[in-house]
Amino acid sequence: MAKLVCKSLPKCGFNFFNGFFIMLTLLLSIGCSSSVTENVAKHSTKEGEQLYYTIGGQAGIERLVNAFVKRIAQDQVILPYFAKSSVKHFKQGFINHLCATVNGPCKYTGDTMIDIHTGMNINEGDFNHVVELLILAMEDVGISYQSQNKILAKLAPLRAKIIKI
Amino acid sequence: MLPHLSLLVITLMLLLLPRVSFANGKILATPGVAQVEGSGGGGLVPWAQLAGYATEDEVAFSVFCSQAIVKNFQLNSCGGQINFYDRLELSFAKQNFDVEPLSLTLSQQIIGLKVRLYGDFIYSTWPQLSLGIQHKLLDTPAVAFTLGAQHDSGTDIYLAASKLHLGLLAGYNVLWNVTARYTKANEMGLLGFGGPNGNGTLQTEVSVAVLLNKHLAIGSEYRTKPDNLGLNESDWQDVFVAWFVNKHFNVTFAYLDLGAIATIPKQKGWYLSLSGSY
Repeated sequence: MAKLVCKSLPKCGFNFFNGFFIMLTLLLSIGCSSSVTENVAKHSTKEGEQLYYTIGGQAGIERLVNAFVKRIAQDQVILPYFAKSSVKHFKQGFINHLCATVNGPCKYTGDTMIDIHTGMNINEGDFNHVVELLILAMEDVGISYQSQNKILAKLAPLRAKIIKI
Repeated sequence: MLPHLSLLVITLMLLLLPRVSFANGKILATPGVAQVEGSGGGGLVPWAQLAGYATEDEVAFSVFCSQAIVKNFQLNSCGGQINFYDRLELSFAKQNFDVEPLSLTLSQQIIGLKVRLYGDFIYSTWPQLSLGIQHKLLDTPAVAFTLGAQHDSGTDIYLAASKLHLGLLAGYNVLWNVTARYTKANEMGLLGFGGPNGNGTLQTEVSVAVLLNKHLAIGSEYRTKPDNLGLNESDWQDVFVAWFVNKHFNVTFAYLDLGAIATIPKQKGWYLSLSGSY
């Protein structure tokens, strides 16, 4: 198809590439519109709250944190970091924190990220490994790839308050 | 011969993997793939990321073999990288370039060094920044000298900036890299260095990619090139799909448009690259 158009136009080589970018844009806009309809159908939301509802609101966040704790419990590298933690306290704190992070109707009142992680001396590799466990947990509870990335985008800026302290 | 040998090495490495400890601190796909001149990057462009999955306290070893087949030419490039602590990348590539109209093969070796100056591809506010060199030695300079090249070796210096934006496009992760390269190389060095029209210029190279899921990236690259020999040397571009099977193995497939090479036009074709890391 591209070849036919090519013959009449100079600079043929670019058609294929233009076509690729148009395809890419289309693909991404389809992905976008479908996720928007998904949550408009479920809730009429305030600005910025969509993500919270897309991932299932409070119940969705609780499911995610439970799956995350399960993943940590099975991980030899990360579990030792939680040796002195109360699972119940961590779950409650993270549910609340995550809810606030995705602009849900919660206010996080627990300890600061710096207070929690000071003295743990978490290195870059282990931090990334926890990110991988969180991704697996999000997959476990069926959160879409796009929503996973949006959640990670909101959590990523916290890294400086978590590692190497 | 060389591609087959490297495939054997990759296979052997994959078999040995369960028995060795390996660098795996980076998140899947974030180091990119092997660049045709041996550096970590996209297929055509050296990126600011260092090859392999090493973080601050790990060392990563990677090997790769790539093949580009366009209308009248074929390039085989194999080599490897060592990533020291996500700070320093040492790379090597051996390129064999078959010139089918002349039934001859041009060969060069490239030793590369890249230092991460600043930042983290995902987490830092500003893009990751790296400075690198690629020192190239042309083993078969006769053709290059006939065409007017001045040297049979040269050193490219490049500054690369790259960034991954989480969820940027409708929730999909987008990454880009921009590289500025000072080079004397004609056709990457395979036609020598310098010439009647120039002896060192600054070139721009750009890559953009989208991650469709955690294993699959699609993207495009564009690389400007000098025209020292006055043969209307073309810019290069590609559209690629990279499949990160796991942290030890990735495959890149691309459609190439290399324009005119040595005045022979319409050099389009396919690119396949395999890379293994531990």
